[in-house]
Order: sequence, then structure tokens, then C-alpha cells
Amino acid sequence: MTGSDVTRDGPRGERPGREAVPAALQPGKPPGTGRRRKGKGRGEQLMVPRAEFRSYYGRPVVKAPAWQARDIAGYFFTGGLAGAGSVLAAGAGLTGRHATAKAMKVSSLAAISLSTAALIHDLGRPERFANMLRVIKPTSPMSVGSWLLAGYGPAAGAAAGSALTGLLPRAGRAATGVAAMLGPAVAAYTAVLAADTAVPAWHDAHRELPYVFTASATAAAAGMALTLAPARENGPARNAALLAAAGEAVAVRLMKRRTGIVAETYEQGRGGRLLRAAERLTAGGALGAALLGRHRAAAVASGLALLAGSACTRFGIFHAGIASAEDPRYTVVPQRERLDSRPPEHGNGRSERPGRHDRNERKAQA
Amino acid sequence: MTTVDIRDLLSGPEPDPAGDAGHTAHPERAGFFTDTSVCIGCKACEVACKEWNAIPEDGLSLTGMSYDNSEGLGASTWRHVAFVEQSVPVRAPDPPPPADPVTPGAEVPRPEGRTELRWLMASDVCKHCTHAACLDVCPTGSLFRTEFGTVVVQEDICNGCGYCVPACPYGVIEQRPDDGRAFKCTMCYDRLGAGQEPACAKACPTESIQFGPLDELRETAARRVEQLHEAGVTDARLYGHEPDDGVGGDGAFFLLLDEPEVYGLPPDPVVTTRDLPAMWKHAGAAALALLGGVTAAFLGSPAGRGATTVRGRTTARAAARTAATAARAAAHRRGTRR
Ligand code: SF4
Ligand code: SF4
Repeated sequence: MTGSDVTRDGPRGERPGREAVPAALQPGKPPGTGRRRKGKGRGEQLMVPRAEFRSYYGRPVVKAPAWQARDIAGYFFTGGLAGAGSVLAAGAGLTGRHATAKAMKVSSLAAISLSTAALIHDLGRPERFANMLRVIKPTSPMSVGSWLLAGYGPAAGAAAGSALTGLLPRAGRAATGVAAMLGPAVAAYTAVLAADTAVPAWHDAHRELPYVFTASATAAAAGMALTLAPARENGPARNAALLAAAGEAVAVRLMKRRTGIVAETYEQGRGGRLLRAAERLTAGGALGAALLGRHRAAAVASGLALLAGSACTRFGIFHAGIASAEDPRYTVVPQRERLDSRPPEHGNGRSERPGRHDRNERKAQA
Repeated sequence: MTTVDIRDLLSGPEPDPAGDAGHTAHPERAGFFTDTSVCIGCKACEVACKEWNAIPEDGLSLTGMSYDNSEGLGASTWRHVAFVEQSVPVRAPDPPPPADPVTPGAEVPRPEGRTELRWLMASDVCKHCTHAACLDVCPTGSLFRTEFGTVVVQEDICNGCGYCVPACPYGVIEQRPDDGRAFKCTMCYDRLGAGQEPACAKACPTESIQFGPLDELRETAARRVEQLHEAGVTDARLYGHEPDDGVGGDGAFFLLLDEPEVYGLPPDPVVTTRDLPAMWKHAGAAALALLGGVTAAFLGSPAGRGATTVRGRTTARAAARTAATAARAAAHRRGTRR
């Protein structure tokens, strides 16, 4: 078959010793030192052979977003913390845990303010932020999210304002209710925002990602409640932490199973490291809260672990997505497999298509 | 009218994208057919595009990727010529037997087993998808469908959110770093409006880039591929021409001589919004799971009683079980279509 002679690493099949070789590629050095390991279909220098695929000089097929991790993963984290926090605040208010309710309302307001600030900061033209509200577009999760924030933000603000000042208690209660109803949507929509892209690790996980995000959001909010609320009020937060940690563990496992080879990006590199840290922090925080949460110090430590775990989940998923977009393997291999398993009359981009010969034959007969 | 499947609006064949975008009495859908079998890699299209659209310089580097130094489509490269060097089995016809054999028994060498250089060149461009993910996800309405059925960014509206960039299944659109906004091929919207063909098609000396009504181009392309097959070029295949592919067919499609991924094109692109209904459904379920989970957490720890009573603990565990089962069931309930 055909093969490229000239690759981005230089020509192949050349007589050795004829060209100056960069230090990093000289024999004796372990493969991969001194250059970024890119998924190359050829992969002669790789020790472990990987799934064969072809690409254009190892260049990515899709473009990774230019989003800053701090802004956008941070926006996922703070949005989740705010949204799930509003639900906890409402529950605490209804069950007479007033210190928790007040703390969570303030936390949600602070988190959603940070979240919005991060989103605006990441825009190429921040001064045009208001253009987000030019249209209402259900096909754009970012448009839906902007409108959600436009509804949720003021409600969270009013709830916190009333709780802090004690003014307008009835309006404060109404705002708390609105924030609690919109909160879960605020926590969930960011998963759709990430999944509604061509980024393999995000799109291929589009069914599981919302559950990962809401579970992670609940863990963060429970962590915040454990950190801020008095120990005598933290029973629900401890339950919520356990539920969230269990839910997240299940959803992440399903997500990895679903995404096939793309799951590598959830297990390797920066994404993998962050997600492993997230798993340990979240499980540790939830268990610590369940077992020792009646002691204030232990509750605070568990709460901080839960918050850190949730942040690691969001940053891990963010970096896994970037890695999956930057390596053409994760775009080409799944698509090629899908294509090759499809009946040929649907067209699979290959020339050896029985359908085409049939057509020619039919023509010849006519 | 019977029920409309929302998915049909987001993917699948779509005969009239401009009309569905609200244009009445619009011109025929315009398109590009790029026949890479005649491309000579002169890059006239790249230059013409840069000149006409006043695109800024975006780096002058030597990549070592054959003659390709513009690397790929991006914010400031709207036409990109790919160069691929391959060794292929020599495909020369058998030499004719010598009319007057001088040396009896002498053999004319046959090309079997030998390879020769094959140089593939292809001018890539925005596909102006029938179902364009970039347009679907743009939250400002900056990206829009023109009366020609093409997809264009409005520079005065784009706020640089960057969402269109990862949404495009072909990696076409990009934000210009020093500017912040997103840019891509407009199929020379200004020239089309004045009844002229796009600058790249105008400049192409071999008619590798053909511009015209998309339906006509599809017919031309089908004829061309048949012609090449008859001439023995069995590698020739069309890419992006089928209205029932993952993006509903490309407004700019190609004739290729190898698999699409060799040219840096995705082998089976799908508009991401095809799965958006499923995503919203799961997000809704996940939001409800959050509400339900937190409610369970409160029910498991009634006020005034510690959360550590035996009853409280059992309830929490039962709730955990229910939530996990629900999440698993919902994740599995992806339906038969994906
Ligand atoms: S190729 Fe990409 S940028 Fe061009 S219309 Fe399709 S989705 Fe948009
Ligand atoms: S970067 Fe501009 S064109 Fe792209 S989605 Fe955002 S607003 Fe729309």
C-alpha cells in the first residue's frame, strides 16, 4: 500500500548517517525525550506498537478550544458549587438549619460571581459580553447557559442579600426557591457545553458527563457546607457528600467504559493525574465526613478535600478534552472503526467499495 | 403534518439550508468542488484568498512537511494546500514487446515490485456544512447562514467566546490570538454578492477548485470520479458529497486520491448537535438526580436528630443505592440511536 516517505520527523528509509541528527533522536536516548510525543501513525520509534492509523503529519484533525483552563474549568467548578449550594441552602432553610442556609447562600453568590467573571475574562472580546444575550438559541448550550445565569445570578444574589441583611424575608425566601430550582440546571448545563463539541473525550462522553458534573457539584457544595456550617447542622451535608462521591465514582467509571480508546486521555497525562487525585480526595472527604464529621476540625478537613476533589474533577476533564483534541488518534481511530463497520453502500471513504463496482456493472449492462 | 423529529432538524439530509434559515427567494446553494487529482500545489488559492480578504500574516516558518508551510486551516489561513509524499507501486502499463528483437531472449524490465513517488496535493477549505456545528453552537448569532447557503462570521458581533472552535468537526474555524475573534472562509461573501466567483476558484490555474451551484458540482464530480475509475485511477473517491452523511453533506466537497485522514480530514465527521437532544435529556435527568439526592440527604438527617442514628444511616445508604442505580439506568437508556 501507500505510505508517506517524508514525515514530520524527517524522511524515512534513508541511509543512516547521512544527516545530522538532533540530539534528542540520537541512539541511546529513550524515545520521546527532547520532543513532544505526538500520536504518529507510523510510530517506528515507539517501543509499544499502538493502534495503526494514518494522519497528516500527526497534526490534529479538530481544534482544541483556546479556552484557559483556569477560566473555563474554574467556571465549571464554581458554577457547580453555586448551583448545588443553592439546593443545600434551600434545604437547610426549610429544616431550620439557619447557619448553614446563610453560609451556603453567601457561598453560592460568591461562586456564581466568580464563575461569571471567569467566563467573561475568557472571552476574546470581553467588552462584548452582552452579545451573549442578543439571541436565544437552544442549539447553543452557551446561549442557554447565559440565560440561565441571567436568571440564576440575581436570584442567588437576592437570596444572599436577604439572608445577610435580614431585609425582605419573604422575597428572600422566594429568591432562595428560585435559586434552588435553577441551581441544578446551572450545575448540569456546563456538561452539555463541553459535550456539544467535536472534542472526542467530551463528545463521546455526552451521556455520562452531566451525571459526573452534577455529582461533582454536589460534592463541592457539601464540602463547602462542611467547611462553613456548625457541626451540629452538618448531617445532610455528610449524607450528600457520600451520595455525591458514590454517584461520581459510578458515572466516571461508565464514562471511561463508554469512550473506548479515548478513555486513555482520562487515565494518562495531566487529565489522568488530576482525575486520580479527584477520586482520592472525593472518596477521602466523603468517608472522613461520614465517620468523623461530628468533630468540627475533621468536618472542615473533609470539606476542603471534597472541594479540592471537585476542582480536580473539572480540571481533569478539561485537560483530558484538550489532550484528546490535540492527538489525531482520538479523532481518526474511532471514526475509522465506525466507518469500517458500516455497510459499504453508505460510503466509507475507501475506494474498494462493492457499491461502486455494482454501479459500473449496471451501467455496462444498460 | 405528523410529528417532527427534532433530530431531523439537527442532522441528516437538508435540501434547502438557506430557505430553512429564513431566506426567501434566495439564489441556488453555492459550493466548491475541489478536484485534488489535478491540483499542482501552486498555492495560488492561498495567495488569492489572503490578498482578497486582507488576511494578516500568521507566521513564516518552515515545517518540514513537504512543501506545506502554512500547516493547516486557521484564523488567518482560509485556503490551505496539503502536500503528501508517498511511495506507491509503479503503475505503468506493460511495455510493448519490442518490434524488432535485437537480442534474442532479452527481457524488457517490468515495473513489478518497484515503487515510485506519488505527490498528493489538496487545497482544503471550510466545508460550509449543511448542518454546521460552528453555527449551531454560536451563542451570539455572529455565525449565520447566508442566502447562498454558506456559513459566515460577522466580525462586528463575535465576542470571541471561542465555542465554535472545538465545535467544528473539521478543525476549520479559529480565534485570532491578538484579536480574540473567530475567523474563517466566507466563500467570498462579498464577491458572491457582486455575482463573482470566490478569489481562490478564480485564481486556480488548473480548475482544481471549481465553484458553482452545489447540485451541478455534485453531478460534475460524479462524472469525474467515474472517468478516473475508467482510466484506472481506482483510488479516486469523493469526500463530503453525500447529503446523508454526518453533517448533511458539505457545501465544499472534494475528490481525493487516498483516505481522508491522509489529508488531515476526519474520516466520518458528525455534527455534534446531532446528539444535543440526548445531551439535554441526560442533563435534565442529572439535574433531577441532584435535586433528588440532596432531598434524600436531608430526609436521611431530620433536624433535631443526629445523622448518625441507625435510621438515618440506613436511609442514606438506601438513597445512595437508589441514586447510583438511577444514574446507571439513565446512562444505559441511551436509546437505540446514538
Ligand atoms: S467546516 Fe467547520 S467552520 Fe466550516 S461550516 Fe462546517 S463546522 Fe463551520
Ligand atoms: S467565537 Fe464568535 S463566532 Fe465563534 S461561537 Fe463565539 S461568538 Fe460565535
